Amino acid sequence: MSNKISAKDRMAIKRTEMHELPAEVRNKNFEEVNLGLSPEQAIEEARRCLQCKNRACVAGCPVGVSIPEFIDALASEDLPRAAQVLRGDNALPAVCGRVCPQETQCEALCVRGLKGESVAIGYLERYVADWAMSHPDQLLRDDAPVATGKKVAVVGCGPAGLTAAGELARQGHTVTIFEALHDTGGVLRYGIPEFRLPKDIIDSEVAVLLELGVTIECNVIIGKTLTVFELTEDFDAVFIANGAGLPTMLNIPGENLKGVYAANEFLTRVNLMEAGRREDSSTPIIKRAEVAVIGGGNTAMDCVRTAKRLGAERAMIVYRRGEAEMPARVEEIKHAKEEGVEFVMLTAPLAITATEDGWVSGLKCQRMELGPPDDSGRRRPQPIEGSEFELPAGVVINAVGTSANPLLTATAPDLTLNKWGNILINDDGETSIPGVFAGGDIVRGGATVILAMGDGKRAAAAINEYLSRKAE
Amino acid sequence: MFEVLSNEILAENLHKMVVSAPRIARARKAGQFVMVRLAKGEERIPLTIGDADPEAGTISLFIQAIGASTRKIVNTKVGEFIRDVAGPLGKETHIINWGRVACVGGGVGTAVLFPLVKALAEAGNQITTIIGGRSSSYIILEDELTPLSEKFLVTTEDGSQGIKGFVTAPLSEMLADPERVPQAVFAVGPVPMMKAVAELTRKQGIETIVSLNPIMIDGTGMCGGCRVQVGNETKFACVDGPEFDAHLVDFNGLSDRLTSYRKEEAGHAAKDCKIGREETK
Repeated sequence: MSNKISAKDRMAIKRTEMHELPAEVRNKNFEEVNLGLSPEQAIEEARRCLQCKNRACVAGCPVGVSIPEFIDALASEDLPRAAQVLRGDNALPAVCGRVCPQETQCEALCVRGLKGESVAIGYLERYVADWAMSHPDQLLRDDAPVATGKKVAVVGCGPAGLTAAGELARQGHTVTIFEALHDTGGVLRYGIPEFRLPKDIIDSEVAVLLELGVTIECNVIIGKTLTVFELTEDFDAVFIANGAGLPTMLNIPGENLKGVYAANEFLTRVNLMEAGRREDSSTPIIKRAEVAVIGGGNTAMDCVRTAKRLGAERAMIVYRRGEAEMPARVEEIKHAKEEGVEFVMLTAPLAITATEDGWVSGLKCQRMELGPPDDSGRRRPQPIEGSEFELPAGVVINAVGTSANPLLTATAPDLTLNKWGNILINDDGETSIPGVFAGGDIVRGGATVILAMGDGKRAAAAINEYLSRKAE
Repeated sequence: MFEVLSNEILAENLHKMVVSAPRIARARKAGQFVMVRLAKGEERIPLTIGDADPEAGTISLFIQAIGASTRKIVNTKVGEFIRDVAGPLGKETHIINWGRVACVGGGVGTAVLFPLVKALAEAGNQITTIIGGRSSSYIILEDELTPLSEKFLVTTEDGSQGIKGFVTAPLSEMLADPERVPQAVFAVGPVPMMKAVAELTRKQGIETIVSLNPIMIDGTGMCGGCRVQVGNETKFACVDGPEFDAHLVDFNGLSDRLTSYRKEEAGHAAKDCKIGREETK
């Protein structure tokens, strides 16, 4: 089949809709919410793409996926070529097709979105990536790269590290990833719940890297087991992508009561350790009928939707601004609402209240109103006098953010940090130590999977450049 | 995969396991711990590194088997493997020559105390070691600690060995004697014991260090589960600790948080387990 259709015919096609598990079914299990497109749906959607010459969508993609090209191959029903194009640009396409905020990136710049609805680039990416996973025998193999004999250490097996490792391996470098936890994926595994990103998708993406010759060593904490200095001795270049660190505390009374979780602990218990998700998991989790999650980002949505699935009757988001100001993806908010999550907006927690025996009994809150914009450009919430009220809750989850992890940087005095402890880098992603690059949350503070991946891709290019310079 | 090279029973439910972990053995300092996960699906639990041999590439772990996870770990036979051992984690003990120090250990805390005593002895301290337990069968590492200590005392609750009573009695005597009063006190054991020691030394303002064992998940400074109130600050035992100034620690809060999963674990644990939360350190 070819993709030769008139623009008029393309314009006539309506944007496809993602099939989802019904809300009343999915809010009781951890099955993936989005079910994916059928082949017919995917090809039809691909034909909506106008194949514009200026490729605005590509500019919106942090890893620069050749979007019109892979969509053209898909519209021509040439899946092997579509997969080759996509996987050539993106080390984790099945992940990105699921968790990227396409609506603010590629799809936001799609010409079709100017008047009507943009092409569903994210859905198509997921479709092609999933097809590739289930059709390994049909994939077009790139020629094996010529080995350069150069060794690169990657610190952290999350989105930035995996992306960099894939890019570097494709350039013929010998790559070793060091991961602090016992399993791969970083935040993809411990942070993002199964219902948004099934663990076997991570396993498949990691398998692609292993096939490229990447070595992954788990249980190695750089900064503790080995230092950055030791890595620079043994490797020709180092990429640090060890991710986010400790939770930012709310600094309100009651934070250390029983039943108060930081988002990372709550999610790690359920996602990485399978607490509450598998009968025989030996890691426990506290379940209560009323769960209040403080925060308005994707992490808060992941927590509240997980709490709902663990059986909470009232799973609530408590956020000090309004819904329009929430940093979470539109899709996450929509899904959460459908699943019965309550949104307690314009509400700030003042204290966590306790039962007599030291368990959480609820939140003491205050109503807020929005004033003039602050430094972030969002309207600043201001307390309304006399509006205090109590919100009953047996579990409170703090999902307001994280600070920089100090483990690696504490034993690498030559690394220049900013005042928050994040590693400073130049435009190429290089740190103050020559040959040592960094990216992802350890540089940015809390950000998204795709921005971390963009960092990994950019750093890999810079490392490649650095290594070829060094070789001369 | 980390091979178990030896597995020895020191006292009831207390094992000493030597595990092959060359990188950890090389990097490890006194006071640090590892996160251990026996197999897929098992819990991650923190265990203090009791000792290490960098040349042999081995670490020694002292494990009190009173919960479901620790019981499975001590059942690992020589030649079998522990799937995950990550570390060394936590800050190393700040070791200087204080002059005269008292080292107080209770139960399995004695195993955590051992590397501290060793490091303090190497730094030239005159050490009085006081070890307590319910009865003589809970007194461990006597042979290892005696040669490192100027004075070695044992207390048992039932009087079956040493002084009858608690570790606080001989410590009080020391504190009251101007000839013997220590410049610093190190205490590791059950929370009530550490709290009692802190109260004793507070009056005289003697620097007192305790090693805490809060609940941990990752141990690498990510989840925040191990937080404890120290003075006016929330500290994370995995990156800021596990050792803290005893006079600033909120022991009541710590001991309360340790009971968070009592109900869940009662369901998991075998019938003979009387305690909800295992003391792993």
